[in-house]
Amino acid sequence: MEELQQILDQALRQFAEISDEDELEQVKARFLGKEGSLTALLKGLGKLSAEQRPVAGARINQVKQGIEAALQQRREVLRKNRLASQLAEESLDVTLPGRGMGTGGLHPVTRTLQRIEQLFHSLGFASASGPEIESDFYNFTALNIPENHPARAMHDTFYIDPQHVLRTHTSPVQVRYMESNHPPLKIISSGRVYRYDSDATHSPMFHQVEGLWVDEEISFANLKGVVQDFLKRFFERDDLRVRFRPSFFPFTEPSAEMDMSWSGGWLEIGGCGMVHPNVLNHVDIDSEKYLGFAFGLGVERLAMLRYGVNDLRLFYESDLRFLKQFK
Amino acid sequence: MKFSENWLRTWVDPDMSSEALAHALTMAGIEVESLESVATAFNKVVVAEVLEVTKHPNADRLNVCRVNVGETQPLSIVCGAANVSAGVKVPCALIGANLPGDFAIKQAKVRGVESFGMLCSKKELGLAEASEGLFLLPIDAPPGKPLREFLELDDKLFTLKLTPNRSDCSSIAGIAREVAALTGNTLIPLQIPVQHPSLNEQLPVTVIDTSGCPLYCGRLVRGVNAAAATPEWMLRRLERSGLRGINAVVDITNYVMLEMGQPMHAFDVAKLSGGITVRKARKGESLCLLNEQSVDLDEEVMVIADDAHILALAGIMGGLDSGVGSNTRDVFLESAFFHPDAIAGKARRFGLSTDSSFRFERGVDFAATRLALERATQLLLQICGGSAGVIIEARGDLPKREAIKLRGSRVARVLGITLEAKQIAMLFARLRLEVDSKGGDFLVTPPSFRFDLSIEEDLIEEIARLHGYDNIPAATPHASLTMLPDSELQRPLARIHQTLVARDYQEIISYSFVEEQIERELCGNTEPVRLQNPIASNLAVMRSSLITGLIEALRYNLNRKQSRVRLYEIGACFARLNGRYAHSQRLSGIAYGESQPEQWGVASKPVDFYDVKADVEALYAPYRLNFVTASHPALHPGRSARIERAGNMIGWIGELHPQWQQRYDMPQSGVWFEVEYEDLSRVSVPHTGEIAKFLPARRDLAFLVDDAVAVQTLIEAMKKVPAPYVQEIQVFDVYRGKGLEPGKKSLAFRVLLQDTQKTLTDSEIESSISMLVGVMNEHGAQLRM
Repeated sequence: MEELQQILDQALRQFAEISDEDELEQVKARFLGKEGSLTALLKGLGKLSAEQRPVAGARINQVKQGIEAALQQRREVLRKNRLASQLAEESLDVTLPGRGMGTGGLHPVTRTLQRIEQLFHSLGFASASGPEIESDFYNFTALNIPENHPARAMHDTFYIDPQHVLRTHTSPVQVRYMESNHPPLKIISSGRVYRYDSDATHSPMFHQVEGLWVDEEISFANLKGVVQDFLKRFFERDDLRVRFRPSFFPFTEPSAEMDMSWSGGWLEIGGCGMVHPNVLNHVDIDSEKYLGFAFGLGVERLAMLRYGVNDLRLFYESDLRFLKQFK
Repeated sequence: MKFSENWLRTWVDPDMSSEALAHALTMAGIEVESLESVATAFNKVVVAEVLEVTKHPNADRLNVCRVNVGETQPLSIVCGAANVSAGVKVPCALIGANLPGDFAIKQAKVRGVESFGMLCSKKELGLAEASEGLFLLPIDAPPGKPLREFLELDDKLFTLKLTPNRSDCSSIAGIAREVAALTGNTLIPLQIPVQHPSLNEQLPVTVIDTSGCPLYCGRLVRGVNAAAATPEWMLRRLERSGLRGINAVVDITNYVMLEMGQPMHAFDVAKLSGGITVRKARKGESLCLLNEQSVDLDEEVMVIADDAHILALAGIMGGLDSGVGSNTRDVFLESAFFHPDAIAGKARRFGLSTDSSFRFERGVDFAATRLALERATQLLLQICGGSAGVIIEARGDLPKREAIKLRGSRVARVLGITLEAKQIAMLFARLRLEVDSKGGDFLVTPPSFRFDLSIEEDLIEEIARLHGYDNIPAATPHASLTMLPDSELQRPLARIHQTLVARDYQEIISYSFVEEQIERELCGNTEPVRLQNPIASNLAVMRSSLITGLIEALRYNLNRKQSRVRLYEIGACFARLNGRYAHSQRLSGIAYGESQPEQWGVASKPVDFYDVKADVEALYAPYRLNFVTASHPALHPGRSARIERAGNMIGWIGELHPQWQQRYDMPQSGVWFEVEYEDLSRVSVPHTGEIAKFLPARRDLAFLVDDAVAVQTLIEAMKKVPAPYVQEIQVFDVYRGKGLEPGKKSLAFRVLLQDTQKTLTDSEIESSISMLVGVMNEHGAQLRM
């Protein structure tokens, strides 16, 4: 019986010393294998008397269970150790940068245009567009600017040939749209426009957004409401003030220049007015029945104010150091 | 229009500051562009008479002057100016004066001699950037008179940015009229006595072009002294309006133009032959203008002629030969109304823009034409002497001023506010409009000086302007709501932007005009759309491709030490097409440098054709594109392709041609693509099919083929074979080199086979595969075992 106790103690001691899982299985064989010491004792049971046999058998089984439990426990410990060390080995430097492609960015003018269009779409304005090489007729005549009118001198025009110009504003889109659509109509049209002018504050190419709303009851007060609402939403500032000043555009009457409060002063941000009856009549819209307003905004100006850009030329130099700030 | 505030205030003097006046004008549509002081601030500077000049005892360059400043005792002042001499009148800063630049004048000893003030130059008073010596004043300047008062320096300059409709404000009289309307102040009109002729003489005037010149007034004035000095007050007003003094006669005509808005001209009678004729020029005639520019004329241009010569471009500029000089004795003064339609655009045709053409093409008050001539005569006789002849007047049909009907209800509809008839009537009265009112409606006759009032809306604008745009409340519109169409058959532009941005491209916007030579070199375009008036020679033609802008932007960034540049642009390109101008909206990108940003986890590799091809394919998903070897002037001939979709050519892709890489100093090559936006935007609505319940079988096939054989040709050949169950064929490996014959490559394809109804048997799979192998053999591809 002492022998049994010794075997158990031995097994427990040896198991505890082993740190390798394969070795553990080998050591297990010393006790429980075919040639194992406990197996030998079990085989020896036959030599005992019928009275001693159950008692001794029970004792041996008890020890065997003890060894198996110890073995199982040790296996568990070793497995956990192995996993722990594997995990430790596998650990990453999570501070290394992620792998793969970078991301580009939108040009600030596109970003601004998308915002403007979204805001007006929310009010039900549809998008419209027109050509950049525009006929003299659509760019001027249909907008109530006949040949030789002094207002043409307000537009420093690029000519392609005597009948074609690079559009000086987005307003021709109004006419084109009204030719093929019937009121009520609400459109927004944005794009490149061209003026023969280049210095620190003028670019020969820039962007405008044109808005037009023609309906039976649309007033100058509504024009003020819509433009004011837009500017407040665009700049996300409820305290923004908008000022309308009388001005002159041949295609609107009354006409106004829009100024916005900014850094203690007023900044001009576009022109607007009630669509001139001549323009409506040109496209066979009854100016007695329908009224409309139109406005044009300088996109670069809005982008400069929104993003703190202080030099217009930055928009067209394609300098990545500038553009990458608009990710 | 630029003018002196003091001058304006002699006509109308509202009790408001200069700034408040400027604001009121701006808010009424007469934009004040700038408001500036005539002179910087200084005080205690008076007119002084130098009585005596003696040498300073201790300094060679200094003088001690005895100066009369209007006090009982003259002052002793040390002065270093070279132009000081006894008898001159100069400004003197007294003790206690403060001059510009925080310069205080104190009693001081200069090299041992007491000095009680300072004699001043223009520069010291801030009246000029630089000046030499003392500021010499007119000899009749009264000693002791404060200089600011004497020179009227407490004056402000208003610069107006007039809109083309408000020509009536291009004179002091007109602005005064406007100010009176805005403020309700009384207008102090100019008293112009009729000048009784002392000569019973007239120069015959014949107006042939009566529609271009419905009113012509002229008058002879004999025996004038054209060399007389223009009075200081007149010169000062001219200068403050930006005009230089020329000679007394010309100054007077300019003065009347500024004062009354009527451009005038004076001819030297000695240089005329016979009478005056107003007519259209004839082809072949020419004229040398006052600015010495010679112009060739034709029937489009109205001129003033005598019996032998053309004298002037009517309403634009006089001729050099008939102009008034200091020797002129007899003058013929012209004051005419030239119709805007006859003048519009004519000055611009000759590259001119004159004060006269500016006013005539916008409209001049034809009711004041004769009065202006009287005014000029009055001033001429006063300043230059002489005797005036009888006014000759030729009159045709002047513009009609038809009464305009204004409905009170229309005012409310257009403006969105309700104004009472009484209010409207009051506003019209302030504008001096002739009004007949009936109920809430009006009949309004515009005055002769307004050329911008012809329809009801014009009057509504006047009402709104005077009422104040600020006083019209902003109102939210009420409208019936309908949803906007938003077709799913259109790939949204924003999504295209997103795809490129997500694939590491930065958007740029470049000019639509480019250099002609680069357009020819990179696009092979020899007939570009040219601008008639380019702003610079390198921006002379419209681009036919976005490549030029992208390459320029790429080079700009390479020059700024960027080594990896990926750019795209979306914009219009232009071409001539059957005598018209065609626009095509395109999308184009360029990738240069490493295929991925330099990083620890990815081996660095320059971007190549296939990287960019994947970007293009991603844009078009789910559509399949064909890439067909083709050459483009900008691209490497062996590494470029035409892009086709459903048989239509839709763009280009390729590596830049080494010759351009070298020419544009680029250390590496880049890969460029360009596609048509119109085609890219067209998509169909997805339509789902049945999902196979059975797993696909995969077979990998490797073939040995000639290097020259394009993979796409083989894939298409396999796809054409009616091999059942084949769902997908993809290349997954391309190998050249060791173990293979030179000129050969190994291509490995993955073939997926599937049936929706059953699991395929080996023999079904094998029979399909052998059909594929068969067609590959026909194309010279050998199956590798």
